[in-house]
Amino acid sequence: MRPLTEDESKAVFTKLANYIGKNLVHLIDRPDDPHCFRVHRDRVFYVSEKIMKLSISVSRDHLVSVGTCLGKFSKTAKFKLHITALDILAQYAKYKVWVKPNGEMPFLYGNHIAKAHLGRITEDTPEHQGVVVYSMSDVPLGFGVTARSTIDTRKLDPTGIIVFHQADVGEYLRDEDTLI
Amino acid sequence: MGRRARLKQGVPKTLDEFKKEQKRAKRKSREAEYDSDSPPPVSKKPKPAGTKAQTKERGRENSETKKSAKGKGKALDDDDEWGGFDKEDGDLDALTKFQFEEDDQGDIGDGDIPADDDFLGDDDELIDRGPKKMLEFSDESGSDDNEGDDASASASDYDSDAPVTAKTMERQSRALEKKVAREAELDQEDVAAGNQQGDDMEDIAFFDLPTAEEREKEQETGAQPPEELLRRIHDCSKVLSDFKRLANKDRSRSEYVQQLLSDMENYYGYNAFLTEKLFNLFPVAEAIEFFEANEVPRPVTIRTNTLRTRRRDLAQALINRGVNLEPLGKWTNVGLQVFESSVPIGATPEYLAGHYMLQAASSFLPVMALNPQPEERILDMASAPGGKTTYISALMRNTGVVFANDANKARTKSLHANVHRLGCKNVVVCSYDGREFPKVIGGFDRVLLDAPCSGTGVISKDPSVKLTKSEKDFLLLGQLQRQLILCAIDSINPKSDKGAYVVYSTCSVTVDENESVVEYALKKRSNVELVPTGLEFGVEGFTKYQEKKFHKDMKLTRRYYPHVHNMDGFFVAKLKVHPPSPKKKDEEEPEENAAPEEPLFAWNNEEDEAIMKEEQRKQLLRKKGIKLRPKTTSPHKQPNPVAVA
Repeated sequence: MRPLTEDESKAVFTKLANYIGKNLVHLIDRPDDPHCFRVHRDRVFYVSEKIMKLSISVSRDHLVSVGTCLGKFSKTAKFKLHITALDILAQYAKYKVWVKPNGEMPFLYGNHIAKAHLGRITEDTPEHQGVVVYSMSDVPLGFGVTARSTIDTRKLDPTGIIVFHQADVGEYLRDEDTLI
Repeated sequence: MGRRARLKQGVPKTLDEFKKEQKRAKRKSREAEYDSDSPPPVSKKPKPAGTKAQTKERGRENSETKKSAKGKGKALDDDDEWGGFDKEDGDLDALTKFQFEEDDQGDIGDGDIPADDDFLGDDDELIDRGPKKMLEFSDESGSDDNEGDDASASASDYDSDAPVTAKTMERQSRALEKKVAREAELDQEDVAAGNQQGDDMEDIAFFDLPTAEEREKEQETGAQPPEELLRRIHDCSKVLSDFKRLANKDRSRSEYVQQLLSDMENYYGYNAFLTEKLFNLFPVAEAIEFFEANEVPRPVTIRTNTLRTRRRDLAQALINRGVNLEPLGKWTNVGLQVFESSVPIGATPEYLAGHYMLQAASSFLPVMALNPQPEERILDMASAPGGKTTYISALMRNTGVVFANDANKARTKSLHANVHRLGCKNVVVCSYDGREFPKVIGGFDRVLLDAPCSGTGVISKDPSVKLTKSEKDFLLLGQLQRQLILCAIDSINPKSDKGAYVVYSTCSVTVDENESVVEYALKKRSNVELVPTGLEFGVEGFTKYQEKKFHKDMKLTRRYYPHVHNMDGFFVAKLKVHPPSPKKKDEEEPEENAAPEEPLFAWNNEEDEAIMKEEQRKQLLRKKGIKLRPKTTSPHKQPNPVAVA
């Protein structure tokens, strides 16, 4: 387990900022319970410092995960966010999308969100913006990237895609093996 | 029902129904008349003469004792019967409009007026109808003569054709009571006789208890049909429960047990070793219940994740999806039992959002016993797939730290997934062999060891256990469990003020994986003691089993059975680790003990001194270089002018 390098930090923070924007500060600077980012086997973990100190005693071969896994670096050093980061994103999300009950299941199967399934969306969401997807009862379902801005969404026909699927909680069942 | 529906009359009866009703009413009235008066009409179905005679005989034997006792009691019933009479009268009055009934039904209520010659009449008529009477009451009339005054009086009352008048009413009512009492008596005797007969019949059937050779032959030719096996199992168990009375005289108890074991093995599909092992844990009838319970799956249960939701809200959400569920019991405030579900319970959006976890009810228990508090350091030595770990994390409200270890790396994947799905942020997942703790890290406040076991408590979930577990498995597992529990104890920080507890649990019911392992730990670590688990229900652990004797505190551990608690077989033990005591005490004691001991042989200090002085003298001379001649036999010193000390 090692701290992030400069480049890695940049990659991770830009990705996170896409979803939570300025609230990133809350992640990095937490006065009451300082957390840190650590890399272990190409995966990025966000963990409280106290726990991190204890986990040092676990050897590299035997450690599986510490705290919350945010995502992993691909072979070409690109950072991809995993569904396991949903908790953190949902807490600090800036732009949110709510899905109607009939649209929950298609999204959980991995499909993109069509306009017909859209319940609500935060105002002035720009295009290609990272959003967190909620159900109508405010349960986080996953996250994605907007295909169109809010204004354009209004002009779209019901079958048009408004949010590209990035990750959803259905992956806990579908991709259990590849999560770690 | 609504008001209108209540007030409606309903569909009128069909003709057939109406006729049936009439006949019923007729019969009732006839019986009432018959009771009060005299012999029934010939048209009535005759009862077999034998039983009637018997009933009469027995009835009469007790009638005198019963008469007084029941007389008062039955008066009310009589009134009812008379009352009932009147009701029927009403019906019959209505029915008289139709010309279906016979004349005899006319005025039953007015006992004075004989409505029909068949029913009512004088004593003369009684005599006239002798032949008819003899068909039914032949014995009665005979025994009439033999009886004493009271009995005959009652009998004659019973048989009298006299119309029911105010005078005769009392007598007749008493006769009626007696009749009812007699019949009740006879019913009871019949039942008792039947029981005895049944047992006796079994005795007879057990002439056929197969011998060992027959059993072997049977196994070679192929097993019996399951119904036959089941019947034999129940017969054997009944005999064994009351061996003195029911067993065949020249057959030993062990033969019956052998037969029972062999049948259970074939019927339930276990191997011989396991059948005997599980059978010896319970009394015979309970053992059969246990085996039966292992054939049926336990109910599906889920555990609310208190980090994300409340049980109330979750239950509401799931009910809206079409799941039929209920709180699990008073002992837990996070458990829900699922009865049926129109959606797959393991794939609802609530499940995926981490609001609940599919978990067996028995798996709640070790975590409840562990009772983790916020800001503690906890180790879960065998944690995959993570039900208990996430429960611990929820109870700690995501504070402190939980080390979730599992030796199997492949299973850590599901552990990792569950930890993240349920939103546990204070978990470190590692994959060590449990025996490597505390070398990796120690100083824990609490340790949970849900040891790998044979799984005899979860046979209903995994029937392969029935055939694959042999003695070797139990030996190997026992060894592993003993090592693990010692490592768990050593990983604890005994000086912890948050309580230094180890909870040892298995999903097994056998003694050599449960009490034996805890006993081993108590022996090997003297600073460890058993404490109450804090679980309010469950069977106490054994303090002795077959030839083994355990620590008396073993009754603080808890056992759970599928046939008693309707959850998987389970065992939970809670140990407290104290700081090891200093060793000085041990050293002082042996010395104290040695001192008062009598020496084996007596020292004589004076003699020793003399010899020691001699030796010292010789040494001095040798130092000086003087040769010493060997001493002569005489103890006195020889004149040796040079050798002077």
